[in-house]
This record gives sequence, C-alpha cells and structure tokens, in this order.
Amino acid sequence: MAVLIVADHDNASLNDVTAKTVSAAKAIGGDVHVLVAGKDAGPAAEAAARLDGVKKVIHVEGDAYAHQLAEPMAELVRSLADAYEHILFPSASMGKSVAPRVAALLDVMVLSDVTAVKGPDEFERPIYAGNAMQVVRSADPKKVMTIRGASFDAAGEQAPAPIETAPAAADPGLSEWVEDKLAASDRPELTSARIVISGGRGVGSAENFKIIERLADKLGAAVGASRAAVDSGYAPNDWQVGQTGKVVAPELYIAVGISGAIQHLAGMKDSKVIVAINKDEEAPIFQVADYGLVADLFEAVPELEKQLG
Amino acid sequence: MKVLVPVKRVIDYNVKVRVKADGSGVDLANVKMSMNPFDEIAVEEAIRLKEKGVATEVVAVSIGVKQAQETLRTALAMGADRAILIEAAEDVTQDIEPLAVAKLLKAVVEEEQPGLVIAGKQAIDNDMNATGQMLAALLGWPQATFASELKIEGDHAVVTREVDGGLQTVKVKLPAIVTADLRLNEPRYASLPNIMKAKKKPLEVKTPADYGVDVSPRLTVVSTSEPPARKAGVKVADVAELVSKLKNEAGVL
Ligand SMILES: Cc1cc2nc3c(=O)[nH]c(=O)nc-3n(C[C@H](O)[C@H](O)[C@H](O)COP(=O)(O)OP(=O)(O)OC[C@H]3O[C@@H](n4cnc5c(N)ncnc54)[C@H](O)[C@@H]3O)c2cc1C
Ligand SMILES: Nc1ncnc2c1ncn2[C@@H]1O[C@H](COP(=O)(O)O)[C@@H](O)[C@H]1O
Repeated sequence: MAVLIVADHDNASLNDVTAKTVSAAKAIGGDVHVLVAGKDAGPAAEAAARLDGVKKVIHVEGDAYAHQLAEPMAELVRSLADAYEHILFPSASMGKSVAPRVAALLDVMVLSDVTAVKGPDEFERPIYAGNAMQVVRSADPKKVMTIRGASFDAAGEQAPAPIETAPAAADPGLSEWVEDKLAASDRPELTSARIVISGGRGVGSAENFKIIERLADKLGAAVGASRAAVDSGYAPNDWQVGQTGKVVAPELYIAVGISGAIQHLAGMKDSKVIVAINKDEEAPIFQVADYGLVADLFEAVPELEKQLG
Repeated sequence: MKVLVPVKRVIDYNVKVRVKADGSGVDLANVKMSMNPFDEIAVEEAIRLKEKGVATEVVAVSIGVKQAQETLRTALAMGADRAILIEAAEDVTQDIEPLAVAKLLKAVVEEEQPGLVIAGKQAIDNDMNATGQMLAALLGWPQATFASELKIEGDHAVVTREVDGGLQTVKVKLPAIVTADLRLNEPRYASLPNIMKAKKKPLEVKTPADYGVDVSPRLTVVSTSEPPARKAGVKVADVAELVSKLKNEAGVL
C-alpha cells in the first residue's frame, strides 16, 4: 500500500521538514504520495513533485486550506485515508495539530515525533524530553504519525512526478483564520540550518541579543533561544529550542549564556558539534559540549565575531 | 460557562529520568511526581476566566492511578471548584494512551457540558502532544492548540497560537478545546489556606467502566533505552583556541 504524506507549506513553498518526511516514508516502503492542500498552492505542489521518491502529488485547492486549519485539514485527510495504511505529517505546528485529530477520527493512536522506522509497524520515538528512546509497535490498522525532521535527511530532487487534482472535502466551518504575525528573515530556517547560535537568559536583554544575531549573520547561521530568553522577551517564541520548542541537529550549535537544562538539551543534543560559552564553569551545558569556553559572553562573542572576520 | 481542565500527574520536570536496566521502561519508584507543567498553566487560565466572570465553574479531571488525587488537590488549591478522578490504572508505570484519555474526557464532557476545555499542550512524560486534538476530533469541536493568548468574545474564543514562524490568531466557535503553551500565563502557587480549603472541595472518583470506555493500549512498548551519550568534550582557553579547533579539528567553520 502507498504511504501518504501531508505536506507542510505556505502555498508558495514547501517547509523543509516535508522533504525529510519523504525519507521516513521511503524507509517504510511502498509508493509515496504527497497531499498538498492549500489556496493557490500550485508552486508548493510542484515542489513536492520534484522530491526524490514521490510517485504522485495530490493537489487540493480550497479556501478552507489557505492556512491549513486543523478542522478542514483533518476532514480532508480522513476522506483520503482508505487508500493508505501509513499517513505521515512533518512534526511541525501543522502536523502536530492535525495528525492527532486525524488519528482520533480514524480511531487509531497517533505516533508523535518518530525518530526512526524499525519496520512497517515499529517506530522509535523519544519520551521524557529525549532522556529515553522507546520503540513501539502499533496494532492499529492505520498508522498516523508525525516525523521529526532532525532525525531524517532531506530527500533529493527528481524529474517531476505527476500532479493530480482532487476535490475539497466538506469544511466543518468551526474555525476562522484571523491573522499571522510571522517575522520575515533572511536567515536560514532554524530546523534546517547548518549552524545554529542560541542565546539564553545570560544574554540579558533583547538589545543585547543583537550580538548573537550579528555573529549568526557573519556565520550564515540561524538564531535560537532558550525558553528563559523567550519568556523574558529577549527573543521571539519561534526561536525556542527544546523539548517543547524546536528540535535542531545542525553541524554546529553554539549555546551562549545557556545553562543546559534537560528541556533545552532535548532540542539540540543531536547536533554534530556543540560549543558552549558560559561564565559558570559548573554549568551543565559543558557536559554535552565538545568545546567549552568559560568566559563572559559580552567579551567572547564580539571577539569571536572579530576573529572570524 | 463551565470550564473543564484535564490535569495529568507526571514525573516532576526537575527529576533526572533513569531508564531501567532491563529496558522495560523508566524508573518511577520513589521519584517526585507533580502536575504536568502545561496543565498548571491550563488551570491558571481557567481560574482567571472565573475571576473575570467569564467562567462560572472550573472542573479538574485526571485519569490515572489513585495518587492522581494529589494532583487534583493541587488544582483545587489553585482555585478549581470540583474534581473528578477516573481511576484507570493500579500500577504507577502504566500510562493511559491519549486516545483512551480522550475517550474518557469525551464522556465527562457529555455529562458536564462545559463550554470550554483547556488542556496542556503536551504531557512532559510521554511527550505525545495529542490528547486535546483527539478530544476535539471525537467531539466534533474546533481546536486551538499551543495557545499563548485566549479571549472569549461572545460565543467564540479568539486564540493566539505559537506556530513555526511566529504567532497565528484564530477564532473558534464555542464549545472548543484550547491547549496551553508556555507563555499563556504564569501559574500561581497555592497558598496554605487554599491548600487547607481544597481538602474540603468535592472530588468524585470514577472508573473507565462507569463510562463504558476500553482503555487497553494500541501501542506495545518493544524496548526503552538510553539515548546515545555524547562523549565528554574539552575546555578551550580562549576564543583563538576555539576558532582554531572549529576550523582544524572539527572542520565545521
Ligand atoms: C514544561 C517545561 C518546558 C520547557 N521547555 C523548554 C524548551 O523547550 N527549551 C528551553 O530552553 N527550556 C525549556 N524549559 C525551561 C528550562 O527548564 C530552563 O528553565 C531554561 O532552559 C533555562 O534557560 P537558560 O539556560 O537561558 O537560563 P538559566 O538557566 O538562567 O541560565 C543562564 C546561564 O547564563 C550564564 N550567564 C549569565 N551571564 C553570563 C555572561 N555574562 N556570560 C556568559 N554566561 C552567562 C549563567 O552562568 C547561566 O548558566 C522548559 C521548562 C518546563 C517546565
Ligand atoms: N491521564 C491524563 N489525565 C488527565 N489529563 C490528561 C491525561 N493525559 C493527558 N492529559 C491532558 O492532555 C494534555 C496533553 O497530553 P499528551 O497528549 O499526553 O501530551 C495534558 O497536558 C493534559 O491536559
């Protein structure tokens, strides 16, 4: 049976996690179909068709899908579910909201944040903020899951697969989109950047966060933050890295003024190389850092920027 | 409007979790248990709605072992009016899956007829992030997940959500399910007099059989293991050494 992936996109382009989800689908086996539901989502559908391994794109247009609201999205996926045994969502805001809703409509359990495919009905996922890894076997007739991008490589390119259009499902009309407040940025996406530099409470203010941002721009890096930095208003919510924020696994992760609470480690400890800059030599972040620098960040970060210049 | 708040008893977020040597799960014997942090935020939001005169009654519900009574007492001490415990397990290591929890909550909702359910976004033990969405599906209600702001306007809730690229505001018809994210509010601590008062507030005990719900799991745990450990790194003396290591040793710059 084919595997269905529900694409995460903004109509104009695909979110990177979708390409990583294709790799998880290939590991399960069978043809890979991608559902692109949106409004004027042609470009996203074309991008999905070019992902290596995709056999077919199902493109559904409708006002109700313009912002991929959970209720109409779940109805649509349910209406297509008969043909699939596995339904995969990228583990990002849309998938985390919609996948459990779809699972409940199908009376099956959801498999959240899958990090490895062990077989067609066996999957690995982290629990307790990644302090334990669990392999679970699903006895359900359908497997609905979200795929953690940081654990899979992005699928490459191919000659475009066919795009079929399909009709919209009934809109339950329960919710309305009001507005998005999304920061536009030229920086790479946090979840797919090669280098991430994150600041914590130690950075001290939104103003001071600029030194982190300047270093990031010099390195072509994405900027992340600890929960404490976000809660204090130094950084926007979508920069939060951790158990309940974004999970990243870049080549290089630089933690600045971050103590290294388990909830933060949960979001970055699979990075290839970890650097910690902290003035407290006892800070737990040093236990996971490949390179630790005990220093005042207000001296070390500008110096680092200078030496890289 | 009545507000229902599901609260889960979980390992305290400060406890360092240990995987059992035989790979059968994590060690929960004699560890500190607390209310799931996101559920504290959910309870706080419900109480604030009551304080503003928007909500008339706040009912806390927990599903699990009998010790979850303590979690419910915490909710009552914070300001919830009543509590319902559904005793669905005897063994503290047995976790009731979100689908089963959602089915039980659906039955409670049908009995209690709340206008709003505020759940946590995620339980910090199983990290499922599923129950609220599943309950919304089973009830055919709208859902607003990852809320950082909640306003009730007539028969709608206007909810600001923390999403991938920033914030999104949606308007959902009531009754609805909202799941609380970290920045929705800062939960209060229960005062000693309120902890005393909470002991006298009503706490009803039920079983899944009372609601005719089968809680048997759909997922079987094959193994539980420690994540791969990172090998200890080195301390560098200064920025120059750091740059040199990153360039020459790690090859990432
Ligand atoms: C339910 C729940 C979910 C959570 N989810 C997350 C999550 O997803 N992500 C997350 O990050 N956290 C999360 N947390 C919070 C987590 O427990 C910690 O509170 C948080 O990570 C601490 O952030 P911090 O390291 O920036 O701050 P602190 O722990 O206060 O550390 C600040 C560090 O800065 C250093 N410092 C101060 N000044 C300087 C200076 N001038 N130069 C150098 N170093 C300096 C200090 O030595 C200290 O180590 C969660 C908590 C809960 C309860
Ligand atoms: N056993 C339970 N008892 C009460 N509420 C629960 C239970 N399990 C989950 N919940 C609620 O659902 C939310 C999300 O949990 P989960 O889907 O398990 O991550 C929690 O924050 C609680 O509000």
